[in-house]
Amino acid sequence: MLAKRIIPCLDVTDGRVVKGVNFVGLRDAGDPVEIARRYDQQGADELTFLDITASSDNRDLILHIIEAVAEQVFIPLTVGGGVRKVEDVRRLLNAGADKVGINTTAVTRPEVVEEAAGYFGSQAIVVAIDAKRVSAPDAAPRWEVYTHGGRNATGLDAVAWALEMQRRGAGEILLTSMDRDGTRSGFDLALTRAVSDALTIPVIASGGVGKLQDLADGIKLGRADAVLAASIFHFGDHTVGEAKQLMRQQGIEVRL
Amino acid sequence: MRESMSMKIAVIDYGMGNLRSVTHALEHVAPEATIQLSSDPAVIAAADKIVFPGQGAMRDCMRELLARDLRPAVLAAAASKPFLGICVGAQLLFELSEEGGNTPALGLFPGQVRRFEAERMVAADGSRLKVPHMGWNEVWQTRPHPLWQGIADGSRFYFVHSYYMDTPDAALPVGRSDYPFPFTVAVARANIFATQFHPEKSHAAGLQLLKNFVAWDGTVQPAQ
Repeated sequence: MLAKRIIPCLDVTDGRVVKGVNFVGLRDAGDPVEIARRYDQQGADELTFLDITASSDNRDLILHIIEAVAEQVFIPLTVGGGVRKVEDVRRLLNAGADKVGINTTAVTRPEVVEEAAGYFGSQAIVVAIDAKRVSAPDAAPRWEVYTHGGRNATGLDAVAWALEMQRRGAGEILLTSMDRDGTRSGFDLALTRAVSDALTIPVIASGGVGKLQDLADGIKLGRADAVLAASIFHFGDHTVGEAKQLMRQQGIEVRL
Repeated sequence: MRESMSMKIAVIDYGMGNLRSVTHALEHVAPEATIQLSSDPAVIAAADKIVFPGQGAMRDCMRELLARDLRPAVLAAAASKPFLGICVGAQLLFELSEEGGNTPALGLFPGQVRRFEAERMVAADGSRLKVPHMGWNEVWQTRPHPLWQGIADGSRFYFVHSYYMDTPDAALPVGRSDYPFPFTVAVARANIFATQFHPEKSHAAGLQLLKNFVAWDGTVQPAQ
């Protein structure tokens, strides 16, 4: 049967990986190709590169990284960050990305999702949703979509928005809990489950992984199809292989 | 005269999707070969081997193929030299696809390409399975073939698709996966081998399959 996926995420700025500075045993901790190869050897099912470059001047540097990684790593590569138009999607795919993540632009110009999916196929389009819980603690849970790296509230309901993105041709949803991101306290499982149960396309859970059990919980309790994490792998606490062993012990189908 | 000795592998480019990963993977397993990404019928005709990829919607793939007048070149190659279809490139070998309201395809193989129907996508534990079928699934080798050499039965390959190949010809399938029902993921006949999964994205098992294709003379040992 189909395996649940583990996806390490690499943050890239100005052509360098900015997380992963403590990655044990790397000659050049910031070298994206070397880090990608390490994760590939550990058994990562896919890799996601998030371009967090603030200035558009250096935006193209990510293209060189993707080209270099794609020459040596033969698993799917997703690239997100700063995608504003269909042409940006094309350039990333041509550089060697298999999928492109669209976040803020999906909200400001949802027709870009539709156009890109129509042209390159839904399999190439991942819509990234940053969601934050806005309901009172004792009320029925509700999450709102945020854009611009979590700075701007949109008023959109996260579950309804995910459905809308599915309708417009997204092949997959990358769902990040802003409440949990960076806290290492585990995924927002209620959010993950609400979105995953509502959709017929795969959902990647993101934000908050602090220990291996969190990854298994994202699959079992959050019903995610894939789990994404950064710091738990970057800082050498755990390998992808360890995560898969634990998941398999708990009856989750993984690729070993 | 190294130039003339080098094997030429043409990857047919008809404007559908990113083919870089296919050429990268071929360059990796066949550093001595010349890998040509091309939409030129003359290049395709002169190549020793053909890779026929495909991404996106089948109707668009077929339209682009016809718009570039590549149908004769593809059919000629499929009739004469080692030929590897990948994903939509495999689906296009059949008669018809349900995608885009019954799209006619090349019709080399009997059968249709069908959508994973929502009502069938329920796992043994009752949970709903997502479409596209996306990720790493086990591929069971239902018949021996030179392209399976060195690949353990049940090895996982990377898939991303919403439609699957369905053929009435029992001699065609050489590989099967389950999601949740069994379906054909690899077919072969004479010099043609075609996969629903993406060998170029399937790590060691995928690279081995491509390596086998590079080494393959396009013949199949007759069954004992």
